[in-house]
Amino acid sequence: MVSLLPLCYILGSVTFIVGLKMMSHPSTARRGNLVAASGMAVAIAGTLFLYRDGGKGLHNFGWIASGLLAGGVLGVVAARKVRMTAMPEMVSLFNGMGGACAALISLSEFRHEGMAAPFTLAGLVIGSVSFAGSMVAWGKLNGSVRDFAFRGQHFVNILLFLVLLGASIYMGIAQVPLLIYGITAGALVYGVLFVLPIGGADMPVVISLLNSFTGVAAACGGFLYHNPVMLTGGILVGSAGTILTILMCKAMNRSLLNVLIGSFGGSGSGSGGAG
Amino acid sequence: MESLLTWIGDNQQMIYIVLLSIFLGVEVIGRVPSVLHTPLMSGANAIHGVVIIGAIIVMGEADPDNYSALLLGFFAVLLGTLNVVGGFVVTDRMLEMFKHKKKG
Repeated sequence: MVSLLPLCYILGSVTFIVGLKMMSHPSTARRGNLVAASGMAVAIAGTLFLYRDGGKGLHNFGWIASGLLAGGVLGVVAARKVRMTAMPEMVSLFNGMGGACAALISLSEFRHEGMAAPFTLAGLVIGSVSFAGSMVAWGKLNGSVRDFAFRGQHFVNILLFLVLLGASIYMGIAQVPLLIYGITAGALVYGVLFVLPIGGADMPVVISLLNSFTGVAAACGGFLYHNPVMLTGGILVGSAGTILTILMCKAMNRSLLNVLIGSFGGSGSGSGGAG
Repeated sequence: MESLLTWIGDNQQMIYIVLLSIFLGVEVIGRVPSVLHTPLMSGANAIHGVVIIGAIIVMGEADPDNYSALLLGFFAVLLGTLNVVGGFVVTDRMLEMFKHKKKG
């Protein structure tokens, strides 16, 4: 039987590109958002009803439907009710949800496929960092998390990053199943430490950066399932998000590096000059 | 080395998609007025909600008797939907506000 699914995915990818393009002009921005949303709906509906793997369709529709329904209702209510001034923190929250989603996909794929693909690991690590970081950014924007930096945090961050990288490579070679939980925990801690020292006023830039991280995590899922729409959507957001982050820094007359480590100069820890 | 080359050979199409998408993402955003930075970030945030497709596949292929897998998948679908639906609605509200400001 000929499937319509590839057509749905092509349609989805095109609307993402056109939607983003339209969103970068004031007059067409709102329509662009709708275009991207409708493409997303087509891609999701196509996956639900047309996806076949080895001749078998999907099952567990009750679970899927309840997840979609609960998420949809919660999402609409939360997005409608939020105050105009609280919107950036809402974006951060939703971004964190996306990161967590990518991490959960990797976790459950790991369970029954072993750790064959490095993309599963990459999706897990990047998704977890994005989730934890976004939660901290969200907390900072609504005032529940204070700026916090300790002496040598910069060094600790780099060390943790290297440990994570090493553990991931080791995981790929040696296949130690339990290590996956250690890596997840490490990635979550890294996400928190990454955002904690950055000043609250710089949060939009950080959210934009984490946004592109989640894009890359989504693209890892695309590699995992050989799913072109996840790949185009994810990478598109990854690269557009990175450029947007840089543009946002430029608008503030600063460099990205300055935003990310700038707090060290202000905190008086004395290590700011080294960066 | 050989396995890497085999991998590249097997995944050529995907690699092309990735490369072209990177450049496309950069070009598409090209020159954005700074007022649109936040809505664009929010819109991009909604678009990476495509992860939901992966979550649906995980959930749809999970063994119906394996409750831990089902629960994990359920949360993945729930969070992914939040990302997509919430993302698009918030973006729409931001852009709506933007329009009002312009008129007034």
